[in-house]
Amino acid sequence: MMLMSSQTAGSRWRDPAMWMAAPAVIFMLAVFVYPFIHGLILSFQPLEGGMLSNYIKFFSTDNLWMTIGVTLKLALPATLINILIAVPVAYRLRHKTPYQKIATTILVIPITLGTVLIAEGMLTYFGPKGWFAQILQTLHIYEGAIRLTHNYAGVVISLVISGFPFAFLLILSYITGIDPVLPRAAATLGATPFNQFRYVIFPLILPGLAMAFCLSFVQAFSVFPSAVLLGSPAGATRVISIAAYEAAFENYDYSMASAVAMIMGAVQLGVVVIVLGARNLFYRGPVTGGKG
Amino acid sequence: MNQATTTSPMMTSQSISRQPAPKRRTHWASRAWSGLVVGLMTFFLINVGLMIASVATNSVAKRWLGTWLPSGWTLEWYSAAWQEFQLGDVLLVTIQVVLSVVVLSILIGVPAAYTLARRNFRGKKLLTGLFLLPLMIPPITYGIPLATLMYELHLAGTLPGVIIANLLPALPFVILVMTPFIEQIDPNLESAARVFGARTFTMFRHVLVPLLAPGILAASLLVLVRTIAMFELTFLTAGADTQTLVVALYYSVFAAGVRASQSIDAMAMVYMIVTLIWLLIAMRFVSPTQLVSRVKEHPQN
Repeated sequence: MMLMSSQTAGSRWRDPAMWMAAPAVIFMLAVFVYPFIHGLILSFQPLEGGMLSNYIKFFSTDNLWMTIGVTLKLALPATLINILIAVPVAYRLRHKTPYQKIATTILVIPITLGTVLIAEGMLTYFGPKGWFAQILQTLHIYEGAIRLTHNYAGVVISLVISGFPFAFLLILSYITGIDPVLPRAAATLGATPFNQFRYVIFPLILPGLAMAFCLSFVQAFSVFPSAVLLGSPAGATRVISIAAYEAAFENYDYSMASAVAMIMGAVQLGVVVIVLGARNLFYRGPVTGGKG
Repeated sequence: MNQATTTSPMMTSQSISRQPAPKRRTHWASRAWSGLVVGLMTFFLINVGLMIASVATNSVAKRWLGTWLPSGWTLEWYSAAWQEFQLGDVLLVTIQVVLSVVVLSILIGVPAAYTLARRNFRGKKLLTGLFLLPLMIPPITYGIPLATLMYELHLAGTLPGVIIANLLPALPFVILVMTPFIEQIDPNLESAARVFGARTFTMFRHVLVPLLAPGILAASLLVLVRTIAMFELTFLTAGADTQTLVVALYYSVFAAGVRASQSIDAMAMVYMIVTLIWLLIAMRFVSPTQLVSRVKEHPQN
């Protein structure tokens, strides 16, 4: 290992281990980088008008630029809810017990549902005559009409159902990666469970939390099927992916579609940069901890 | 929090002796807290469970309009869904796509993970970034340029096109899962094989692959579950006869009104059961806590 890393650059080309990454790199260049650059260039070659006219059109048409806000308004709360619920649940399940295995499996099951089953299920279950409404009415908790589908709330609920298991799994694996000796040492020094979490666990999982936030946010940000099936795709839940899809496959304007896709990627990366930047702002110190 | 409960390492014996009182209080508080957490999760799971149950009930219902339970039971919708949606064809396409993606992503991804795990070279960070990027941006962002290109090349709508599109997020995923798996294997084993004259590829096949088998199995099962559920990329690149289950399901709901909701629900149940079986198999082999590269601190036992 040490010998190999000190090899000179010339012999590296004859090192077969270096060539083993070649197929993956070629694939990524051909299927990811090249189409991406192609799309970026295409977005500056609009069907009509100057180079920037796609972008000008996007930011001057109300039902296009508003989609950024609509998407963020759906994706940010959904991701925050997922992370905020996942942290205490994962923290509770951090010890290796048979109970942990069963509880984890049950909590992860919603991953298998798929957006369409969630949409169908919510339309049936939360519908005006569904079990949810009937239970509430039978128990006299709430008698009015329940509006949890075909609107903003419906999409957020479906994003929480489908996104929670993923956020939970990620955070669980970060929390269980922390050496249990560390909180025990804090406990010896008199730290309450809350303080153990506050001063030992939390700083150590903070980088993981930022990562989990970004990865969950990607899923929520590209919300497409649930926004169409459970929301009101013409109004309150007209997300940016719907705008991109319409441009590409309803108007056949691939140039505009690429522009929308690029804007979507830029907003997403913007959020990632802010989140990772905020992490450095709020917490300075050893972030690569957890190795005990 | 008061002084007796601070985490200061310079805790005096005096403050330790004062411990019992606050401890009892936090005991009560932490009980209330964990009760709240368990309660919240139970509420979440009950609702999700009832939601699944209402889909399941509807899929075997004759007529179900606004009552607690449907007026009659039937399994007709499953056979109706099978014929209406040509589920046989759809399942065949799904199996072809998923298996090809799993096999290709392992064949291409594991060697690349080996390079990342064992070699240090200039541009390694850049390469890692390249593999991480598809997981950090929404599939639609790269799916639309990719689909546009595929339409130009007449690849869209074909089976290879769908497989290539699905391979794009699967490959980085395999690489990111496998790299820490390879890192935890003692490099001395490889050196030993080399001492006996094994070339890199022989060593890889006879030493590393058997050792990596659990990791490869885990990664393939996770890719399998993810690919079955991958909607956006298949949706953008699939044609009428290359739809996978999840896309066919979306179209059947999107065109709702034409079809009875029961047969859509029957199909949704088929989808859920297919995915669930694979997920449960995956959970038997992979501890979910290993999903993120902390394998080093958790030697398997």
